[in-house]
Amino acid sequence: MEAKQYIGEGWKHAILIVGAIVVLLPFYMMVSMSLKSQQEIQSISGGLIGAQETQTFPVCVKTGYSEEECTMKPYKYNYWFAFEKAPIPRYLMNGVIVTLSIFIIQVLVALPCAYALAKLRFYGREFVFSMVLFCLLIPVHGIALPLYVMLAQAGLVDTYSALILPWTISVFGIFLMRQFFMTVPDELIDAARMDGMGEYAIVWKVMLPTAIPALLAFAIFSVVAHWNDYFWPRMVITGNRDLFTPPLGIREFRGGIDSDEFGPMMASIVTVTVPLIVAFIIAQKRFIEGITLTGMK
Amino acid sequence: MGTISLKNISKSFGSTQVLNNLNVDIQDGEFLTLVGPSGCGKSTLLRIIAGLEQQTSGDVLIDNKNVNKIRASERDLAMVFQSYALYPHLTVRRNLETPLRLRDYNAFERLPLIGNFSPNKKNKTESINQLVNKTSETLQISELLDRKPGQLSGGQRQRVALGRAMVREPVAFLMDEPLSNLDAALRVHMRSELSELHNSLKTTFVYVTHDQAEALTMSSRMAVMIDGNLLQLDTPQEVYDNPSSLSVAQFVGSPKINIFNGSSDSSGTVNFLNVNLKRKSSESNSDLHIGIRPEHLEITNDKDENTFSGTVAYRENLGSDIYFHVNIEDNSKKIIVRGLPQFTHQITNGSSVNIKRDSNKALLFNQTGMRIHFNNAMG
Repeated sequence: MEAKQYIGEGWKHAILIVGAIVVLLPFYMMVSMSLKSQQEIQSISGGLIGAQETQTFPVCVKTGYSEEECTMKPYKYNYWFAFEKAPIPRYLMNGVIVTLSIFIIQVLVALPCAYALAKLRFYGREFVFSMVLFCLLIPVHGIALPLYVMLAQAGLVDTYSALILPWTISVFGIFLMRQFFMTVPDELIDAARMDGMGEYAIVWKVMLPTAIPALLAFAIFSVVAHWNDYFWPRMVITGNRDLFTPPLGIREFRGGIDSDEFGPMMASIVTVTVPLIVAFIIAQKRFIEGITLTGMK
Repeated sequence: MGTISLKNISKSFGSTQVLNNLNVDIQDGEFLTLVGPSGCGKSTLLRIIAGLEQQTSGDVLIDNKNVNKIRASERDLAMVFQSYALYPHLTVRRNLETPLRLRDYNAFERLPLIGNFSPNKKNKTESINQLVNKTSETLQISELLDRKPGQLSGGQRQRVALGRAMVREPVAFLMDEPLSNLDAALRVHMRSELSELHNSLKTTFVYVTHDQAEALTMSSRMAVMIDGNLLQLDTPQEVYDNPSSLSVAQFVGSPKINIFNGSSDSSGTVNFLNVNLKRKSSESNSDLHIGIRPEHLEITNDKDENTFSGTVAYRENLGSDIYFHVNIEDNSKKIIVRGLPQFTHQITNGSSVNIKRDSNKALLFNQTGMRIHFNNAMG
């Protein structure tokens, strides 16, 4: 009986391990390629980190650096050249500005909306909520062109506003927070009203602190989606390299006269991905600990 | 002062009438209980007093001032909720401070950091601290002040919720089933504590409960509500002894009052189960309900024309009392008889017993459930 159980568990784990490998393999490739030299990448040799032989890199020389400056170990070259070729810190900063602005404004809009939809009684509430659900069904790409035209008319193309404005009302955020607010007991809100809070004070001082776990879940969705978004920045940032977000920045390494050089490209991708992974690990821990609602039961 | 008057209060949600033209005068310092089965509208009435719900018609007067248009927070009432409704993210101290901060600080002083520059804030903070400390000493929760509600037991949360209501020193306390979430032993204990608190504060309490035992033990007056109607408003003893209708008689008292079907003849003599009552009904020639409480029935060995007999179906031993559920011939319902353990310990399930009733204790109700009186007390 026990042996059978172990076999059953073994199968489950085997399947899960295969799944984990499938998911992690691209990341392994990414990290590995960001450390190896171009020859090793193209001949698929050298294992995880390659031989790390000091060498002179021709693309670097072609770009205009001296041979001495271009002679170093591959891992160092890949990261150094990535930062030399493109202003990656600037792109990262743009990413932070855009994703944080989007998230903060989304919260400012979504929380009062969700509160009203979950807890206030008013004529037409169900209709408004059904409209919210309806909006969830509209794909972004479907309205991209009209949005672009509107932004262009307003003269906002090639500005931060163009990156931020279209995303400030998150229907998904309203929906998610509304579902969470439904679970908050009405008595807590009544108690706040008896204590003398107005409706806005209730949203920010009572609902927001109790909704931290849901808000973190939403933050993960929102930040990941907009940090990684390539489609929209590609549409509205047409020329100004100072406004490039990280995914647009990676594009700098694609093709061109120098031919593809994968090492620095992968190095830049690692640089762009790491902040997100770190943020997720921190948020996840917080997410699980969370502020629970035990105070009310 | 803390008088509350409700005048012709009606409330309907859509087409459902929840409250039906209620008139209640609550006196200063009174412990008034609104009691009734769930769904009778008692919580809605309390929320109307609090200002959390708007009545469809009628007036609410607090200290003879019409408060129909006044917001909940400005009515100077405090409310304790069934689920305590403490702010889960704030410490006990902050929970107690919140109503005072919102009342005493102005908008500028409530701002973080720069609010501290306001010259009056320091004095206000001091008085808030004093009030919080005083209240927490009264309720013996001083050592809990730095904890979060999640780290407290049910009874402690209950005290904190009471404290949050008390710090404001309101004109009246509104309590919505505050003891329902506690376990039985703690509930009985908190009943006496609440009564003591009421005696020492001498503030008006309006207390909503579905538990008639809480209403009987704590209140100075109780209002029995059923289906949105106020059926009786009187002292607990009067409601118990002299219920105005069959529904009130059945709701108040545990175990339930026994109801027999009977009738009166042309002279007003009441007859049920072949027993005639000595007293004459004021309503002659009609079908009646006769109510007798379990403690007014007694198991006896003698058999005469005033007793009736039956078989014990179930014996409920509570230690101090034993309740016998007895099947009576000609009566479809079981009746409940109280027995004292020392006389009835030998009676078991299935025993045949004779039941005697105490004289002058029967209550008469007509077919619509209204109380009927006897012609004269001893007749």
